[in-house]
Amino acid sequence: MAQTDQNVQTRTTLKLVGVVLGMFVFGFALVPLYDIYCQVTGANGKTASAYVVPEDGIAVDSDRWVTVQFLTNNNASMPWSFRPEVRSMKVRPGEMNQTTFYASNPAGYTMTAQAIPSVAPFHAAEYMHKTECFCFEQQVLATGEAIDMPLRFIIDPYLPESVQTLTLSYTLFDITDMTASAAAE
Amino acid sequence: MSAVIENHHDDHHHGPDKGLMRWVLTTNHKDIGTLYLWFSFAMFLTGGCMALVIRAELFQPGLQLVVPEFFNQMTTMHGLIMVFGAVMPAFVGLANWLVPMMIGAPDMALPRMNNYSFWILPFAFSMLLSTLFMEGGAPNFGWTFYAPLSTEYAPPSVTFFIFAVHLMGISSIMGSINVVVTILNLRAPGMRLMDMPLFVWTWLITAYLLIAVMPVLAGVVTMMLMDIHFGTAFFSAGGGGDPVLFQHVFWFFGHPEVYIMILPAFGIVSAIIPTFARKKLFGYDSMVYATASIAFLSFIVWAHHMFTVGMPIAGELYFMYATMLIAVPTGVKVFNWAATMWQGSMTFETPMLFAVAFVILFTIGGLSGLMLSIVPADFQYHDTYFVVAHFHYVLVPGSIFSIMAAAYYWLPKWTGNMYDETLGKTHFWLSFVGVNVTFFPQHFIGLAGMPRRYPDYALQFADWNMVSSVGAFIFGFSQLLFLFIVIKCIMGGKKATDEVWDGAEGLEWTIASPAPYHTFSTPPELPERSMA
Ligand code: HEM
Ligand SMILES: [Cu+2]
Repeated sequence: MAQTDQNVQTRTTLKLVGVVLGMFVFGFALVPLYDIYCQVTGANGKTASAYVVPEDGIAVDSDRWVTVQFLTNNNASMPWSFRPEVRSMKVRPGEMNQTTFYASNPAGYTMTAQAIPSVAPFHAAEYMHKTECFCFEQQVLATGEAIDMPLRFIIDPYLPESVQTLTLSYTLFDITDMTASAAAE
Repeated sequence: MSAVIENHHDDHHHGPDKGLMRWVLTTNHKDIGTLYLWFSFAMFLTGGCMALVIRAELFQPGLQLVVPEFFNQMTTMHGLIMVFGAVMPAFVGLANWLVPMMIGAPDMALPRMNNYSFWILPFAFSMLLSTLFMEGGAPNFGWTFYAPLSTEYAPPSVTFFIFAVHLMGISSIMGSINVVVTILNLRAPGMRLMDMPLFVWTWLITAYLLIAVMPVLAGVVTMMLMDIHFGTAFFSAGGGGDPVLFQHVFWFFGHPEVYIMILPAFGIVSAIIPTFARKKLFGYDSMVYATASIAFLSFIVWAHHMFTVGMPIAGELYFMYATMLIAVPTGVKVFNWAATMWQGSMTFETPMLFAVAFVILFTIGGLSGLMLSIVPADFQYHDTYFVVAHFHYVLVPGSIFSIMAAAYYWLPKWTGNMYDETLGKTHFWLSFVGVNVTFFPQHFIGLAGMPRRYPDYALQFADWNMVSSVGAFIFGFSQLLFLFIVIKCIMGGKKATDEVWDGAEGLEWTIASPAPYHTFSTPPELPERSMA
């Protein structure tokens, strides 16, 4: 503990610089960690990407009805009209269901949109299996163009008994600028 | 003045250079400490003026003085300047002055880097302040700069804000590396870690916190920069990112940050109370362990700032209990100070007044923190003035009072003169009354539901807001008295003895007052094993 020489100090300094760099990387590592965490726990109501029905199918639970409600929101100044074909459906867990969402672009130019899904209650998110969803891709609509966008999903029969109603909400984002700058690169 | 005393040094101990370049080029820990402290005080007044703009607007309901856009810039800049410009540099300044003197080191371990880490700050803050004059105005998204407010909806000046934060981060990282290297390598022979004064201990732990979380802050502003300028979508939901992620990364930095602003204060108060109670600190070891536990816990409680974002119930419960756990080591400290004062022969000189007020008022802030940690209660309190009251209680009569206590306590050592005790006490009482009149009523209006960060409010909040604004002006203007007292003390006054305070412990009291430009060029003999 005497007043140590220059080498020891340099070593301590370098170690600390190492910690600094490590923590900078750790900050960025939080991004994928957070995504994995949300996927595993369903925190955030995030739904998984396209679901593939297992080979031997899924048993239908015909003793039980689950109400699925659909919500649509436009983010910020997104001008599209965007709404579900039906506001809610009663479905049997295990059964394949289908519905559509309507979107049209009233703006005077071609726009690109991305719908972001979220399920409430959060812990039900992992039981919402979407085999086909317009949210898996971007939508490009020219001025005045309209589209009916499909959604096909199965509610997992293992959905906890306590969940009788499940809300699937979509927020539509205007990503015209983002895709334009990506295309320009 | 001090020049007389410095002249009889050996000739290899040259005194300070003359003129402005002394301050620009200095690598002397005392000079740099002084620079930090003056810089911090300038920022304290700058941020204080902004607070007074806020309180003047809130004096009455309705919009009187400023437009809402400017109000938002004021709340944002006030928070940023106080946190990064006033409180943090003040503690670094104190560390510069005191750590080498307390451990018997001749200087900081990395003097050249010390110079850089200070001189980055004026640039960082000029850049931040210049945004006030830019098109679109200064940052207006709150000191917590939540995305997407600070990305998609931010004024163009946000880029300058980001670079300013990078610079501040680099400065504090360099400063803390310096502190750690100094403490680990330059202690006087025979001084074990558990012999170090608590101010040194708390700063060692604070420096580790800084080294761990400032890079994360740098990371989060870098992600913002990329979202804004390079088309990434870390925080943009439309592009597959997540704005809630911003809050997690920010508070992973942000919660340890609030402890960065309080741990050195614990060290200061633990030095002052024993001196004026004329007793040893009740439990040195428990203080060290409590500090270390608080630092550790501070990494695992961050989401208590985000109870309302929509977390799974298990997450809410975990973060609630983990947060409550922090009250345990904090309680150990408060009882420790109380037990130190118990049956002591106390006198109440200005540093002691500030220290005792710290213990009482910081505890009030801790208790409101405990209330906020209760999830269902926080759903009501979140983003109301109750939160504003909470963190101002821990930061103003907490951190800032401790800094003032430190200034009064060590000023005689720094300048060689005693400050004016009557004026000091006047300053204390004005501050004490001002701070309570300002922030206590904010508990009431917060519980009644007044949201924070708005320039206008409903009529039922009018009375307490008026009281709060009056208090703010009392507190604000009494700081000019502090400025006067410090200048007066530098200019002259009753000569201080070397010991300054009867029975004060620590190596800094064994050297001359004012502290010579170079101290402990040869390591001191330790008096006895007294600390443990
Ligand atoms: C017993 C210790 C403490 C507990 C249990 C505690 C708890 C909390 C909680 C739960 C919140 C979030 C309130 C909300 O936004 O709804 C909060 C906010 C805050 N706390 Fe504490 N706290 C404690 C000590 C401290 C200390 C020592 C400091 C700083 C010196 C501090 C500074 C802050 C700040 C700055 C905020 C507000 C951040 C913002 O939203 O702008 N707290 N505290
Ligand atoms: Cu916190």
